Amino acid sequence: MNISNLILPLIVLIIVSYAIYKKVDLLNVFIDGVKEGIEMSLQIFPTILAMLVAINVLLKSNLILDLTSLLNPIFNYLHFPSEILPLAILKPISGSTSLIVMNDLLKTYGAESYIGYLASIIQGSTDTTIYILSLYFASVGIKKTRYALKVGLLSDLITIIIAIIVVNLLLI
Amino acid sequence: MVNYIWAFFIIIGIIYSLINGNITVVNNEIINSAASSIDMILKLLPIMCLWLGLMNIAKESGLLNIFSKKMSPIVSFIFKEIPKNHEAIGLISSNILMNMLGLGNAATPFGLKTMKSLQTLNPNKDTATRSMITFLVINTCSVTIIPTTVISFRLLNGATNPTDIVLASIITSFLATFIALILDRIFYYLGRRKYEHI
Repeated sequence: MNISNLILPLIVLIIVSYAIYKKVDLLNVFIDGVKEGIEMSLQIFPTILAMLVAINVLLKSNLILDLTSLLNPIFNYLHFPSEILPLAILKPISGSTSLIVMNDLLKTYGAESYIGYLASIIQGSTDTTIYILSLYFASVGIKKTRYALKVGLLSDLITIIIAIIVVNLLLI
Repeated sequence: MVNYIWAFFIIIGIIYSLINGNITVVNNEIINSAASSIDMILKLLPIMCLWLGLMNIAKESGLLNIFSKKMSPIVSFIFKEIPKNHEAIGLISSNILMNMLGLGNAATPFGLKTMKSLQTLNPNKDTATRSMITFLVINTCSVTIIPTTVISFRLLNGATNPTDIVLASIITSFLATFIALILDRIFYYLGRRKYEHI
């Protein structure tokens, strides 16, 4: 049995049994939370629509793909594995697109190759920075985001560098 | 900042597709992605409702309180500005826990609720606070113990031992988060003069 299939039911089990032991008015309290969920979803819907339109226009214009092939020689010179460049650039913007790119890399180079390992670690250890920042800040009406984007994107870069080192040391 | 990113994506995307003749695809995409945002919210809505419902139960029963007391020394150490017994501590802990377990979908409702809670502590409602930025930096670093999605994709692509990346993945994401938190502090002190009070 897969352990990850156990986590979710176990959390639900703990929450519900502790509440019944503490004699909480379970169903009404749950429904209040659900109502809050509906409100919150409606509140973030405009942001999701806005971000999806902008992100997809950029993705479909092929600019990012063309840019990575243009940058290839530079990264080859720096001994940076340029095969993962599209993944590195797409990940901060779109989770679903970067998942497709990672799948292609695993298919092309093999799951247990250097590129395969690197793509897996990068996909698992970074998140959709630009999307998350926009969604979370917009949800509470923050306009001045100060140094958030700088730190977010810089950390993504650092994660990739650490991933290259760790894969070289541990997996190859 | 978000305004500029949004405009930049759209303007650059449209101009570039005009140049390379991709404009028909982009034309369709503008309409399609507006429609696909409905799909996305329909997927997100039940998950949000389910988790906020369960979290409400955990809050009423006192479970969330117990959990946040356990986590509070670590979380309070990173988020010094948040008062000790504030609900944000419990929400941040829950969000990080869900991310660590690889339940990214469940982490989102806690994340949005955390932002709402941090906003109540914010003296300047249109400006991000230090704790908001620190929280988002931790979030985007994605501290994961079990990267479930990646493991299933490795399995699909013929990995003989799909979980062999777990250790490397843990080391990478913890090290990266640690460095990101240091960067977060450095940038905070560099820009402190401008936003002295928050």
